[in-house]
Amino acid sequence: MQSRTISMQINGKSYQEEVDVRKSLMELLRELGLTSVKQGCGVGECGACTVLVDDIAVDSCLYLAVWADNKAIRTAEGECRGEQLSPVQQAYVEEGAVQCGFCTPGLIMASTAFLEKNQGKKPGREEIRRGHAGNLCRCTGYQTIISAVEKAAEK
Amino acid sequence: MFPIEKYYFAATIEDAIAALEADEKARVIAGGTDVLVRLHGGNPDYGCLVDINGLDELRQISMDGEGNIFIGTLATCSEIIEHPLVQEHLPMVVQSLETIGGPQVRNTATMGGNICNGAVSADSACAALVYEMDLLIRNSKRERIQSINGFHTGPGRTVLGRGDLFTAFCIRPQKYRNMGASYYKYAMRGAMDIATIGCGAGVRMADGAVTELKLAFTVAAPTPIRCPHAEEAVLGKPVNAETLQQVADALLEDVRPRDSWRAGKEFRLHIIKTLAQKVIGQAAENLGGTL
Ligand code: FES
Ligand code: FES
Repeated sequence: MQSRTISMQINGKSYQEEVDVRKSLMELLRELGLTSVKQGCGVGECGACTVLVDDIAVDSCLYLAVWADNKAIRTAEGECRGEQLSPVQQAYVEEGAVQCGFCTPGLIMASTAFLEKNQGKKPGREEIRRGHAGNLCRCTGYQTIISAVEKAAEK
Repeated sequence: MFPIEKYYFAATIEDAIAALEADEKARVIAGGTDVLVRLHGGNPDYGCLVDINGLDELRQISMDGEGNIFIGTLATCSEIIEHPLVQEHLPMVVQSLETIGGPQVRNTATMGGNICNGAVSADSACAALVYEMDLLIRNSKRERIQSINGFHTGPGRTVLGRGDLFTAFCIRPQKYRNMGASYYKYAMRGAMDIATIGCGAGVRMADGAVTELKLAFTVAAPTPIRCPHAEEAVLGKPVNAETLQQVADALLEDVRPRDSWRAGKEFRLHIIKTLAQKVIGQAAENLGGTL
């Protein structure tokens, strides 16, 4: 089968990979050991596979791996600095916004992109909801997640 | 892995057209939010792909000296929503694209793809119809201009033929200036949902009377449609409850809703009439008129 050689940055590290054109970015990232990227639905409904491509949130299950050529990818693994959690991750912990945790890495990335886009603003709860409409969580009921984003926005 | 059998990454527009012409089964992949979902479901119609994501010239959004606005087919919903030209001149495009999926989907899905896949529920279709967008289409022989009116020929079907590449939307100044516009998507959920009915209206008025109405629906017929009878019914009249009732009555000549698991025909008709009144009223209000 066809493949293409692509160069990309993942969490600040350079990669060059020969990639099967049939592969999704989600599959590629998981093979490279970035297992924070989860497969839920596989069709763009749940957001468990959310990563940032050039700082824009995408569902990596609906994104061909070859499209990552010359792009910078961010996953939840890259958000902490050593032991130091990112402000978004820290807010999720403090608000108890994590239960089983399956949705969490995707939500962390969705929140990160949302807050970077709304930098310096104080988004309301309704706006936060709309900004996270692409992520499902079966456990928390969302209230704590929204509180975590509110909290992170204040940091 | 997606069951892709043949994959071609186009380096230029000419290259993409040649690949589309060479293989009858070849289909364009743009943002991928429809094509990859279908491939994931094992749909064999999408096994042979021409990938146009390398064609950055198709991502442009611009305005020429005459006020024509161009939106490249590869511009994502988010790029279009956030673009100052679109925000200033095409508010209904912003309004309708905001109803698509969720943020991640809007960050990759393109308006070009939304129109090309021919879905009767395409959220951008009402905006395309109300602004009477022109579609610039190229093949190996020529570039042609195809109106959105008549572009959709049936569920999932369009006039695009073998070797055709849709490159940009063109919106003429006479189609967007001095017009109040509004869109409403009726769906079961507030996000991540397919429209049960979508309705868009563009209104122009003079001396308190409607001089032009453009009324469009999705999921009200086998393709997205305009409503000539309803549009005719309001001409020369003020936008008030009586006129809106006449629109609702005239609409019956224009729409052909169907039964589906999402909603029954009778219910759809009710929604169609209700939305038409609401959306026309809102469009008139956006123009600065009063109800
Ligand atoms: S796994 Fe990608 S959106 Fe659900
Ligand atoms: S914490 Fe379990 S799905 Fe969100």
